[in-house]
Amino acid sequence: MIFKTRFTGALLGAILSTTALQGAMADDDTIKIGVLHSLSGTMAISETTLKDAVLMLVEEQNKKGGVLGKKLEAVVVDPASDWPLFAEKARQLIAQDKVAAVFGCWTSSSRKSVLPVFEELNSILFYPVQYEGEESSRNIFYTGAAPNQQAIPAVDYLANVEGVERWVLAGTDYVYPQTTNKILKAYLMSKGVAEEDIMINYTPFGHSDWQTIVTDIKNFGSAGKKTAVVSTINGDANVPFYKELANQGIKAEDIPVVAFSVGEEELAGLDTEPLVGHLAAWNYFQSVDTETNAEFIETWHAFTGDAERVTNDPMEATYIGFNAWVKAVEAAGTTDTDAVLDTIIGVSVPNLTGGYSTVMPNHHITKPVLIGEIQADGQFEVVQETPAVVGDEWSDYLPDSKDLIADWRKPMECGNFNVATGKCGGKGS
Amino acid sequence: MIRFLSSLILLLTLAVSGHAQGGADPRPLIDALGKANFKQAEELLGQIAATGDARVAPALEAFAAGDLYARKSDGAVFIAKPAGKNFKLIDPLSGEEVEEAGKGAVAKIKINNNLRRVIRSTLGGLTLLSPDRATRLRAAEAVMRSPSAENLELIEAALEKESDGAVKARMEQARAVSLLASDRGVEEKRAAIDTIRSLGGRPAIAILMTAAPAVDPALKEDLNHAIRQLESNLAAWDVAQNVWYGLSLGSVLLLAAIGLAITFGVMGIINMAHGEMVMIGAYSTFVVQQLIRTNAPQLFDWSLLIAVPVAFLVTGIVGLVIERGVIRFLYGRPLETLLATWGISLILQQSVRSIFGPTNQEVGNPSWMSGSFPLGGMTVTWNRMWIILFSISIFLALLALMKKSSFGLQMRAVTQNRRMASSMGIRTPWVDALTFALGSGIAGIAGVALSQIDNVSPNLGQAYIIDSFMVVVFGGVGNLWGTLVGALSLGVLNKFLEPSVGAVLGKILVLVLIILFIQKRPRGLFALKGRAVEA
Repeated sequence: MIFKTRFTGALLGAILSTTALQGAMADDDTIKIGVLHSLSGTMAISETTLKDAVLMLVEEQNKKGGVLGKKLEAVVVDPASDWPLFAEKARQLIAQDKVAAVFGCWTSSSRKSVLPVFEELNSILFYPVQYEGEESSRNIFYTGAAPNQQAIPAVDYLANVEGVERWVLAGTDYVYPQTTNKILKAYLMSKGVAEEDIMINYTPFGHSDWQTIVTDIKNFGSAGKKTAVVSTINGDANVPFYKELANQGIKAEDIPVVAFSVGEEELAGLDTEPLVGHLAAWNYFQSVDTETNAEFIETWHAFTGDAERVTNDPMEATYIGFNAWVKAVEAAGTTDTDAVLDTIIGVSVPNLTGGYSTVMPNHHITKPVLIGEIQADGQFEVVQETPAVVGDEWSDYLPDSKDLIADWRKPMECGNFNVATGKCGGKGS
Repeated sequence: MIRFLSSLILLLTLAVSGHAQGGADPRPLIDALGKANFKQAEELLGQIAATGDARVAPALEAFAAGDLYARKSDGAVFIAKPAGKNFKLIDPLSGEEVEEAGKGAVAKIKINNNLRRVIRSTLGGLTLLSPDRATRLRAAEAVMRSPSAENLELIEAALEKESDGAVKARMEQARAVSLLASDRGVEEKRAAIDTIRSLGGRPAIAILMTAAPAVDPALKEDLNHAIRQLESNLAAWDVAQNVWYGLSLGSVLLLAAIGLAITFGVMGIINMAHGEMVMIGAYSTFVVQQLIRTNAPQLFDWSLLIAVPVAFLVTGIVGLVIERGVIRFLYGRPLETLLATWGISLILQQSVRSIFGPTNQEVGNPSWMSGSFPLGGMTVTWNRMWIILFSISIFLALLALMKKSSFGLQMRAVTQNRRMASSMGIRTPWVDALTFALGSGIAGIAGVALSQIDNVSPNLGQAYIIDSFMVVVFGGVGNLWGTLVGALSLGVLNKFLEPSVGAVLGKILVLVLIILFIQKRPRGLFALKGRAVEA
């Protein structure tokens, strides 16, 4: 694996040095921003879209006259789905290319890898993907959903509307599903669900043979209580999972599956006819009927030249992060990191679902939670929408972190303040 | 606000009138669905069911399918069928076409899982007396899946009139299920438990478990006894199910590995681009399906059969080019071959990514590859069954080619003793090239089958390359039978470990076992013997 990584690195190094050169030649009348998304390797399937989204936002902003009278210029690098390479590329963006802010990362592993770099070199990262929480850094803005902005409302919906009493928590075996499932299990048990009514199942990345597990789910669901599956299955493994569900005849009316990592993009590779009614929880769906969204989709189709390209939740998170950054820079009158960190808290920008998202002192944002059902055309139909929820960085349902809060305003300026002891510096860094 | 109030009043009046007279006109109820929220819709459905009017069935079916729309101008509700850019509006009761309307003129009536369940049970009750046999059978099944005491009288009435044996049996079971949920006497319920037990399998256990919490204490023992009996019957079936799953996983491994058994097994080329051949095969299937969809949609069910030769040719030609262009210069230098083929695999992946984009492509399942059928106490999915048959037939065809054809003879001659074969007049470079093309072509065919169960993305091949090498090495390099036995036994082993230790640990255990096995028998299950091996 290491061997493979090196080779990819060398190959890409050649390509990237050309990008870096272009960056170096740019004149001083531009503001540079970094794009740190994998364009090759396993995560390219999801991250390439976000790279395009940032490029589109930059182009749109430049049409409006740029920022502070200067044009924006995106510096794109390819960390190749390789976590250590993310840190190297982040360092290159900040130290060599002198970018004002970076938009990037998808997996939590990549974010954890670049976090020390951003703190050391004092730059800003906008992270646009739903994640497991339990983190708040001075230099990172989490514009995706925290567990309380996605997982918990979804579980509430199943329990209240569908009357679910028995739960299968199925996930890919890595940090996001493990932490989310830990939080969900604690939450469900606090709601009086018995331990034997919760089944937790982990599978490797890219798992493709779901026969046994789908049968297990079916058997678990035949105990006379309404059963649902909460899926944190990631990426490539979803398509074979849903195909197996459809073939074994598990209908949404009998055992609904609610997924946190399945969006329009993932469904694009599937025939969704047999999956109608299965659910997903996000903060945005392409089908949301608002004017800003229609405009966004139109710009996206024009930018990519493909009228079939779908939009998804992390794109909206990128959109919000980008606009919040622009607004904060304009308020600060400079792209200097400390000044922007100061002005960005409290900044409100429109989101695509008809409301506003505000950057909170804990570096998370407010966003509504939408529960959608899969439709036959591969889109989602919203069946429930909550008012805007504040992202909760430290979960209230884990004993280690229920006393922690983050507040990056002066004078507290702390990412893990313990309200029980009154000291900064609880769990984590 | 006014609109809300008026709809509320409308609902109230409807509620009153609906209860007052059984055979009310269902049209106002259906029209009211247009303004109702999920909760109100559920009540309306109850009232629609109470009318007992079977004419509403198509409207309810359309509602469940999400085809029920309200016209914005007057709130009237129609079944809408897409017609080009517009919708064709169909009267929900008479089924007559009313008009064509633009997409902006109508609003879809939203539906959720809860309503779908209610509709299923309502439809079941309403269509029990349908003249169509299949509809009645479906109705009985729907009633069985959503037990409720309300359906009991309906189904008993239907039973009296039923003459078809199979439908009658299903209705008896549906009656038993509804009866358990009702407040009938203990003796009747005991008989019902027996009827459900005769149904067998998981569904029966599920029905009995659902009934368990509310059941009469006198019946508790009967119920538990029935559940225990059903479960012990299932234990034997569980073993069969595991074997089947194992064979199915094994057949996928076999498909992925069989091309490699030729390029690596027979020719000795460490071909890291093997997975990409599988991927190209899957993309060929995608392209074939795209062409069929746009040009001849009626052929869709045949698309996979058409894709098999296409994929074979495409990947075969790619393989030929790779062999002639790169590999033939590297024979006898395994490390360089490994690096070069791995580089080729990256190039192929990235080119596919540039041409088709990084996202998954949708390859449809033809109707004969979808769904499942019950076999005793287990469920067999059609796609897995066809894949098992397909991989076995590929294997047999390849075996025949190797053993019975003159090309196979030349191929074996070249691998066993190149110089001797060359002296006998065999053009060894061409045999090499064609053998590599054959191996690649077979990998492409595997891609056609794998497109049915996995992602069609540029990364498809990567997922299978390690497994393929594992199977070939485990089975014994150079032996086709070894590949077959190796693939199937690894599949079965995996599936027996999975339920007890989980998928993650299961995979690790299998790898550890293979490492230990290779230590003991470095040449795999079926080792080649003789001079060729020593050479």
